[in-house]
Amino acid sequence: MELHQYQYLEAKCGQNDLPRCAAECPIHVDVRGMLQEAKRGNFSKAYALFAQTVPFPGIISQVCEQPCQQVCIRNDIDDGLAINAIERACYSYNEKKGSRAKLLLQKDNKVAVVGSGISGLTVAYHLANKGIKITVFEAGNNLGGRLLELTEGILNRRIMLNDLEVLNDLHVEIRLGVAINNSCSNSFNELLQEFDAVYLGLGQRDISALKLGLELNSNGTICVDPTTMETSNSKVFAGGSHLQDKNCLSVISSVADGKSAVISIDRFLQKASLTASRHAFGSKTTRLLTSVDSINPQPMVPISDPAKGYTEEEAKTEASRCIDCQCLECFKLCEYMRHFKMEPRALARQIFKNSSAIAHRFSLPMNSCSLCRQCEAVCQYDFSIADFCEAARETMVKAGRMPPSAFGFAIQDLKYSNSEAFVLTRLEPERSEIEYVFYPGCQLSGSAPWQVSKAYSYLREKISGGVGLMLGCCGVQASWAGETGIFQESLASFRSKWTELGKPGVIAGCPTCYMVFKKHLPELSVDLLSSIFDKFGLPEPAQSNSLVLAIHDSCTTRYEIEIQNSIRKILNNLGHTVKELTASRELTECCGFGGLMQISNRSLAHKVVDRRIEESEYDYLVYCSMCRDNFTNRGKTTYHLLDLIFGDEDGKIAARPPVGYSRRHDNRARLKNTFLKEVWGEDISYDPTPVKLIISEALRSVMENSLILDFDLYRVIEYAERTGNKLQNIVSGHYLAYFKPENVTYWVEYTAEGSGYVIHDAYSHRLEMTSPGESENDDNQTCRV
Amino acid sequence: MVKMNDEEKLGNGQDIICAKCNISLEVSPVKFNYVGVAFSVSLFNCPICGLTYVPAVLARGSMLDVQRALEDK
Ligand code: SF4
Ligand code: SF4
Ligand code: SF4
Ligand SMILES: [Zn+2]
Repeated sequence: MELHQYQYLEAKCGQNDLPRCAAECPIHVDVRGMLQEAKRGNFSKAYALFAQTVPFPGIISQVCEQPCQQVCIRNDIDDGLAINAIERACYSYNEKKGSRAKLLLQKDNKVAVVGSGISGLTVAYHLANKGIKITVFEAGNNLGGRLLELTEGILNRRIMLNDLEVLNDLHVEIRLGVAINNSCSNSFNELLQEFDAVYLGLGQRDISALKLGLELNSNGTICVDPTTMETSNSKVFAGGSHLQDKNCLSVISSVADGKSAVISIDRFLQKASLTASRHAFGSKTTRLLTSVDSINPQPMVPISDPAKGYTEEEAKTEASRCIDCQCLECFKLCEYMRHFKMEPRALARQIFKNSSAIAHRFSLPMNSCSLCRQCEAVCQYDFSIADFCEAARETMVKAGRMPPSAFGFAIQDLKYSNSEAFVLTRLEPERSEIEYVFYPGCQLSGSAPWQVSKAYSYLREKISGGVGLMLGCCGVQASWAGETGIFQESLASFRSKWTELGKPGVIAGCPTCYMVFKKHLPELSVDLLSSIFDKFGLPEPAQSNSLVLAIHDSCTTRYEIEIQNSIRKILNNLGHTVKELTASRELTECCGFGGLMQISNRSLAHKVVDRRIEESEYDYLVYCSMCRDNFTNRGKTTYHLLDLIFGDEDGKIAARPPVGYSRRHDNRARLKNTFLKEVWGEDISYDPTPVKLIISEALRSVMENSLILDFDLYRVIEYAERTGNKLQNIVSGHYLAYFKPENVTYWVEYTAEGSGYVIHDAYSHRLEMTSPGESENDDNQTCRV
Repeated sequence: MVKMNDEEKLGNGQDIICAKCNISLEVSPVKFNYVGVAFSVSLFNCPICGLTYVPAVLARGSMLDVQRALEDK
């Protein structure tokens, strides 16, 4: 993934945008953070967050017009938060008093501020705090401009003067009673000579009379750049109520103008670009979306004594109405994200960083996502972690840095399913043309081979145009593992076989195969078996009680509404009652098979399944055999749709027992034999595990967790017995042998019993023994472990 | 660097014989290779044919730790 792609995809997520309140606040006070502190009674911390953005907290906490309140999300439920009143409480109950002046070395730059309204004072305060020498020119006899028109009841003068104290601490020079213009005097021009930059906060007045020589708008106001506050003279900046409509004057907007001018003047003095990568002040829209579905109404807390403002208790209660706006809709649903305790963007960043060319560092998060794209489905902006994980896995594989243990098992499984052991491509017997071909897929064939046989008979009976058969694996596991090459190979091989058959319509037994073909082979028409039931009529199902079943939709077909509907319709026709899970259809979850989560992070896959199967007390109904096996293996009674139609091995409608890797593996080869024998009358039986292996339940579950198959054990024993290469434990008499067919060395402890073997233990390792028994050489690459 | 545990390396090797050569095993270095890293480990081997004994505790224990450490490099 290129950096620009990453940045584009990562920026889709709105979670890091400001909440509505802070976005609307022209100076973007961290309202949410402040309220979170205030609700816990941490008024000093809350005040610090407020004062970090606001130049005069005492003044602003009394007179802000609080545009934030109007947009607060609580307006959708009851009342917007009383934000300004809480700010006032933070000011009142703050215990960390002290001057807000930083002690900095004075710089040589001199800036003049003309007008002592709130915008000019803002400029003076912030620039002086950067060490710049400031002189404020005020025509009147007091600082404050328009603030002085406010009554004492609105703006307490003692608090105001206390706030302005900081200007003294910062050695700001104040010249009262000095009018600046070029009409009665030449004082403005002199200012331009004497100072490095000038800020004009002139208030609501007629500017043309001052003859400042600046470009004016048609309404007589000074023409300024709204982001930089720059005028037609590059040394002169302007803002404040002068630029506002007299019917809607805003103190806080004037503060925002002042803060914009501060950034510009500072950059101007350093001869830096005024516009490069700068965030504008002023109200803005936000992409942060917050669900209020579960929020109960709770109206605004009234102020018992308006003259004093909220008491501490009142402020705490009011602040606790803030719902701490966050999106995190994907995070709330996804067990994987919650497991790694990382918000979506942070997770994406880590995955990208690890896989980028500089690092090429494998990390568990990139390999653990199930690539189910539930996050994308729930996100209003289609952000998906899967985009990052898929790219990272591909990059790691290409760079040769994907650890072989990560997905090795799945790749072996795929290679086996696409080998002679399972692959079969046939027209229907006695036909030279076929209308359809049935592609049951490797997992259904492994889990319930007899259902595949029955389905094929049904299809041949119902479809008069002929139905061929293709056994194999669609290759999705390679795509999930980032093995693009292997995936493309299996697609190409599928395509050529399908072409040989005359390009029939494909009937997929598995929703994942269905999706793979639909997405990657658009020239082919594909149906899911269940849709064929819908079209050609259900087979006569075995007798069954009517069941109540909660549907778990497959994650690969989350957008396939017709499939989802047809499953529900079939269940109704079979006389069962359908219950819906909360996360269903488009928002459904993955069973842990997706993205090979269960291979790369088995314990997490268990956690995912365990949570999902807890969601409803009803038995589950699925239409993917991996979902069935994964849920059943974790103890949930789960029916595959085909269990309700074709039944178990005896044809009875029942929830089948768990099926593990070994059974699925061997069943595939056996299914091929059965088909060849029963449908085509050929007898070339190949059995992957032709001897009887006696394995205890406990050992079987150890093998399942360490991904060891009966087939692997059989090959070890076959090799050991053929060559005599085996060890023996003289205490127990057990034989011990090892064999490395591909990348993994398998060990078996066994004894012969009749024509079979009792397996006492089975284990494996990936570290490769290159020279057993050879003496150590002095090759300095060699290190002792 | 993660090291393999000495006790795990030897396991119950005294109880094991090479069934092919009918002889007790002896401890000697075995060369290993993984993700491009070569190293040697002292394990029980058959002094005649070189069959090696990797105890189950080793494969499931510190050998797996070494594998993970090498993958994570
Ligand atoms: S300063 Fe004003 S607009 Fe900003 S958050 Fe506070 S009350 Fe709202
Ligand atoms: S609920 Fe809280 S965070 Fe959300 S908009 Fe209102 S004040 Fe801001
Ligand atoms: S793709 Fe699925 S598992 Fe991965 S982050 Fe999204 S929702 Fe979670
Ligand atoms: Zn030997």
